[in-house]
Amino acid sequence: MGGGGGGRRREEIEGELKKLRAERKELDARIRLLESQLEVGPVGVGGAAAEEGVVDGSCDGSVACRGRGGNGFAPDGGLPADMIYRYSRHLLLPDFGVEGQRKLSQSSILVVGAGGLGSPVALYLAACGVGCLGIVDGDDVELNNLHRQIIHKEAYVGEPKVKSAADACREINSSVKVVEHQHTLRPCNALEIVRKYDIIVDATDNLPTRYMISDCCVLLNKPLVSGAALGLEGQLTVYHHNGSPCYRCLFPSPPPVAACQRCSDSGVLGVVPGVIGCLQALEAIKVATAVGEPLCGRMLLFDALSARIRIVKLRGSLPDCTICGKKSAFTEQDFQKFDYENFTQSPMSDKTAPSVDLLPENARITSRDYKSMVDNAEPHLLLDVRPTHHFQITSISPSLNIPLSMLEEKLPVLETSLKKRAAASGKEPSLVVLCRRGNDSQRAVKLLREKGFASAKDIIGGLQAWGRDVDPDFPVY
Amino acid sequence: MHLTLEFGGGLELLLENSTKVHKVEVPPKDGEEKVTMKGVLSWAKTNLIKERPEMFVKGDSVRPGVLVLINDCDWEICGGLDAVLEEKDVVVFISTLHGG
Ligand SMILES: [Zn+2]
Repeated sequence: MGGGGGGRRREEIEGELKKLRAERKELDARIRLLESQLEVGPVGVGGAAAEEGVVDGSCDGSVACRGRGGNGFAPDGGLPADMIYRYSRHLLLPDFGVEGQRKLSQSSILVVGAGGLGSPVALYLAACGVGCLGIVDGDDVELNNLHRQIIHKEAYVGEPKVKSAADACREINSSVKVVEHQHTLRPCNALEIVRKYDIIVDATDNLPTRYMISDCCVLLNKPLVSGAALGLEGQLTVYHHNGSPCYRCLFPSPPPVAACQRCSDSGVLGVVPGVIGCLQALEAIKVATAVGEPLCGRMLLFDALSARIRIVKLRGSLPDCTICGKKSAFTEQDFQKFDYENFTQSPMSDKTAPSVDLLPENARITSRDYKSMVDNAEPHLLLDVRPTHHFQITSISPSLNIPLSMLEEKLPVLETSLKKRAAASGKEPSLVVLCRRGNDSQRAVKLLREKGFASAKDIIGGLQAWGRDVDPDFPVY
Repeated sequence: MHLTLEFGGGLELLLENSTKVHKVEVPPKDGEEKVTMKGVLSWAKTNLIKERPEMFVKGDSVRPGVLVLINDCDWEICGGLDAVLEEKDVVVFISTLHGG
């Protein structure tokens, strides 16, 4: 990404900015340390501020988050003047008040995933003054995240999401202890990390991780505020709290892989995870403060298109649930050994797409092979089987678009195009099939060969391979 | 019997024009007086689902990962497949989402 404009000079300014920001951070930390010494009296009891901004780089994570005095509250339980001012609008709420704010400031909350859901969760939890905020994520910020993952700024593209999110939270509220867990949550590290927090927020983007977090929360007896969003819909509930079910009570067996839509395939309107994430922050605050009725044993279903929210009653925790049932034999050792990716047949990431392998080698060509076909002016027809709205984003010209779902009924159209091409070139054209990643193109070629198009071949890796190996300027999406 | 059947969470993609809400008339099965959820499922599979029925049903129930709600209540609480429906009931089939 060139980004436009004054290359060298821009770099110099950015370097200078980076240096100045680091200096400012250092100064801020020293100021907070001195202030905390003034507040607490003789040389910092625990030094809350000095410890702040810890990075947990290891898998076992040695930073403890539990059982510390709440931020801002003096040991005698009174609120210092600046905290009264800062949280005054909370304190004015009769149902919330000083007690609510005190509980909040003593709570530790873990947000798993710093993406579309996690962004508003972390921002609101930091702003509202929780005691300790942990953020787990192993990914880096990408440009195509920014339309919905509003915690991240352009300057952080390429940086770890956890660092970006933690910096944003600290900028909003320097009195909150923000802990960075810069790795993907897995059975090997989940127990250690989750154990340190009172409340867990599932803001992840994939099925195996959802099963894993739920199992982990049951084992460690933590309430789980779970949100999900895709396309124009969102879902929200609180698992394993006040008699509510766990994820396995609701979904004992995982859905078939073909039913697992992902944001990176199906798309998502940015504000939809934003709405669900805000509600997750709200539920986490309610659980932390015991104010109101959390969404236990109920699920909120949000349909953005029709502007409808429906709240439905769920079954309670199942007595014979294999994980949270009374007779469950599921142990921490079982958990650490459990293969969630195998169980769900899907990867613990939204980005790695499960790829299929349906065709013999001689029915496939690489994107480079296709490039030389074009360069040598070999007569052929390029058939793009992506959905029409994908084709409208970008395409290789000239190509014929027939979405895979309509291919069978539109075979006559294909036939006509091939005949035209044959008449124009005086030779039998070959048929090359293309899609986004090289999965649907295989399904299409399989179908075409069954229907008598014996020469049909697909391009391995689809447009992504084309963009990577042939035309670096081709827009990827 | 007049029922409203709604599909969400991506299940609507299996229906004509991806329409989410369907006001329908579901007759009892031959030789029966009542309409049960089992009957509604097989009726919907035959009359509404246009493609990939395996994405909707498995055996004689819904496929894993689909929540069924009768008048905004989990069907597990209402009797599951044997739940008996009443005039103007609203049945929602919703696929669980995993994205974020
Ligand atoms: Zn359970």
